[in-house]
Amino acid sequence: MSIEIANVSKRFGNFVALDDVSVSIPSGRLTALLGPSGGGKSTLLRIIAGLESADSGRVEIEGLDATNLPPQRRNVGFVFQHYAAFKHLSVWRNVAFGLEIRRRPKAEIRSRVEELLALVHLEQFADRLPSQLSGGQRQRMALARALAVQPTVLLLDEPFGALDAKVRKELREWLRRLHDEVHVTTVFVTHDQEEALEVADEIVVINEGRIEQIGSPDELYDRPANDFVMRFLGPVTQLGDRLVRPHDVQIQVGEGKEDPAEVTGRVTRVTRVGFEIRVEVTGNDQVVTVTLTRNEFLAMDLQVGTTVRVRIAPEVHAGTVAVDQAQLLAT
Amino acid sequence: MTSATLAPDRPAPRRTVRSGRRLTRASGLGLGVAMLWFSLLVLIPLTAVVVTASDGGWAEFWATVTNQQTLAAIELTVGTAFLVTLINIVMGTTIAWVLVRDDRFVGRRVLEVLIDIPFALPTIVAGLVLLSLYGPDSPLGVNIANTRVAVFFAFLFVTLPFVVRTVQPVLAELDREAEEAAASLGASRFTVFRRIILPSLTPAIAAGAALSFARGVSEYGSLVLLSGNLPMRTEVTSVRILSSIENDNLEGAAAVAAVLLVISFVVIVAVDVIQRRVVRRG
Amino acid sequence: MADRRTGTAVHNRPGPARHVLRLVVTVYLVLLVAWPVALVGRNAFGNGLTDLEGILNDPDVVHALRLTVTVAVTAVLINTVFGVGISLLLVRYDFPGKRLLNALLDVPLSVSPIVVGLALVLVYGGRSGWFGPTLESAGFQVIFATPGIVLATVFVALPLVIREVVPVLQEVGDEQEQAARSLGAGAVQTFLRITLPTIKWGVVYGVVLSLARSLGEFGAVKVVSGNVLGQTRTATLVVEEKYLNFDKGGAYATALLLTLVAVAAIIVVSVLRPKEPR
Repeated sequence: MSIEIANVSKRFGNFVALDDVSVSIPSGRLTALLGPSGGGKSTLLRIIAGLESADSGRVEIEGLDATNLPPQRRNVGFVFQHYAAFKHLSVWRNVAFGLEIRRRPKAEIRSRVEELLALVHLEQFADRLPSQLSGGQRQRMALARALAVQPTVLLLDEPFGALDAKVRKELREWLRRLHDEVHVTTVFVTHDQEEALEVADEIVVINEGRIEQIGSPDELYDRPANDFVMRFLGPVTQLGDRLVRPHDVQIQVGEGKEDPAEVTGRVTRVTRVGFEIRVEVTGNDQVVTVTLTRNEFLAMDLQVGTTVRVRIAPEVHAGTVAVDQAQLLAT
Repeated sequence: MTSATLAPDRPAPRRTVRSGRRLTRASGLGLGVAMLWFSLLVLIPLTAVVVTASDGGWAEFWATVTNQQTLAAIELTVGTAFLVTLINIVMGTTIAWVLVRDDRFVGRRVLEVLIDIPFALPTIVAGLVLLSLYGPDSPLGVNIANTRVAVFFAFLFVTLPFVVRTVQPVLAELDREAEEAAASLGASRFTVFRRIILPSLTPAIAAGAALSFARGVSEYGSLVLLSGNLPMRTEVTSVRILSSIENDNLEGAAAVAAVLLVISFVVIVAVDVIQRRVVRRG
Repeated sequence: MADRRTGTAVHNRPGPARHVLRLVVTVYLVLLVAWPVALVGRNAFGNGLTDLEGILNDPDVVHALRLTVTVAVTAVLINTVFGVGISLLLVRYDFPGKRLLNALLDVPLSVSPIVVGLALVLVYGGRSGWFGPTLESAGFQVIFATPGIVLATVFVALPLVIREVVPVLQEVGDEQEQAARSLGAGAVQTFLRITLPTIKWGVVYGVVLSLARSLGEFGAVKVVSGNVLGQTRTATLVVEEKYLNFDKGGAYATALLLTLVAVAAIIVVSVLRPKEPR
């Protein structure tokens, strides 16, 4: 295991940011810390980097007790949401910074910086100032700067949070490919479940200072540990007392027989979002959302007012959870 | 000046608000050295003023402060500073308005420099400067030297930058969409100013006014050549303190100085409270 | 900038009110500042160059100018080191009494220079000051000597660097510093390589303003210096002395020198300021 967090707690005044958190982060993998804002994921990342100190608990990086090490002695690379570019230094000097601090020979610095600028496709911008770069370019520069010192672990704090949707999507694909090339242990914080599901090898879901679940994207999506993880990872609808994904609900036209798994109701609303059709069915005082592909929808010829019956697809029962009443009231 | 601290948070770099770090050993040592220096330079000397003022007991203090000549000086100083502050509130806001909003006015850059001159000019030179236009050799044919009007002009000159420089950045950061919304709802230009703009500027105007008042009350240098320092007529409080010092009456000087310090203190607290309110609204 | 141009008719219709405002503001500033200041120039050259030559050939005046520059530079150095240090502490650290200290640091701006002088005399005065007699028996004279002039000058210009640097530090935040730390830089390296270049312009403005203020301090220096000809008389004291001794030409010439420095300082600041990288 590359990073070992044991019983870490952190408070800011009365606010509990982390409550006795323990987690192991595997070597060479891309791990996402996923959760809502204020849930403690950034604090955990900053504690790993040494930018924040834990009130109690232990942090180990590659077998070395780092709990009381200052950030400059941890050999971690950190990428900030707002890039933290050194505004008075050129792109080249930004990337060279960590190597200059370590007093590496000039020739080595030159070749390493050039190699990294090529890696992040910024060779032709070497002499520019950060203010002359776009947000995406600045973030790639920040990444090259963090990688230059060959860190034991690479930590990214909402790295694409300040970018617009399109650049963000490009950069996350690029990060995934980059990681497949460089293989440095990487931890990134995000509140975007799609980003985590798409990029990460492993996801740690953090909420209200506690870890809700750890697992691969598939495990989390298919077998959520609880109501919170289920809701946070994607759209949900409620059928009876079960939470289920709208695309895991089966719909059939006509009255049902006395099958306890089925609910009979009427279509009350149809919304088309591109290739996806959302059908709302009202029955037993409950509104159930079902998503269909366009072809499925056309084949069934559904209209508002059509009587239908809905049930949870039998093969996905593991992907549902019982509704947590407290959670329901809170939302 | 206070501009930057008064300006509401710029929207650009949104950061998570994090409290400062706890002191490390090195920064703690730095703070200690800084506090020692600040105490030796400012805190202990100012304490000495208050202690010396109270040395003779309350009765003596009161007698010194209510001495007819001293009282006349305090009245003149505070009264003139108050009047000048009122003028600064109106003129300072107007000047700030022209500097920020009248972007087609070519003279703006020159005006910017003119506004800072009273701040950078040595006060004794400020007196000489005013004397050259309003003194005995005035090309305008007026002579205000050695009158109360001279005190008024000197205060007006030295306090010029304060309201302008506190209002200007706030005005520049003001959300114009709110004004446009008000205009689209049928508000006249005057109504927009009174109902939308003025309320946002009030804390900055108040802070600038407080600074301008404090500066006026403590003014000395510009009056030396200009006002003649005539007892009961044009003598201001600082001059009164200086003559006590020159007569080797340090206790008397300290008593009057303590009055000025109290005024400064009230003003500083006022500015602090006002700025805090601005920050909260920002 | 863009939306300022496209602003509504409410602001951009140049109505009569706009011209009235321009006129009022311009006339006010010309009568209060521009014209009087220009007259100082004219009066200084009233007798051609003789007055200027006169003061520059007067050893006492030259001594006063030299003393003024020495004192101002010393005071600015002290205030810069102190100001940058205390700004970092105020912005980057938490400690008890921070809010009070923040307010107290502005005190010198609103204290009468005469009171500043008096306060220093009460503590460092050789005869009856709190510390003065002890210092003097150790051979260190403060009041009526150069150290006193320096102290008074440092006192009055104390907040200027802080007021320029604190907002810059707040605005840039500490992310760049954290990034430097995570890349292996220690505290000193971080300060020299990252913090200082970032706040450079704030420090420069603070230094320029402090320098102008320090060169021009009058009241506080008058109290603590003793005003001894050729020893502790500074440039501003020369102006007063010359004027009161009916050497108006000399007074105006000296005032002109001081005015030029002040105006140059303002112009330097106003030229540099818009270039500040945001």
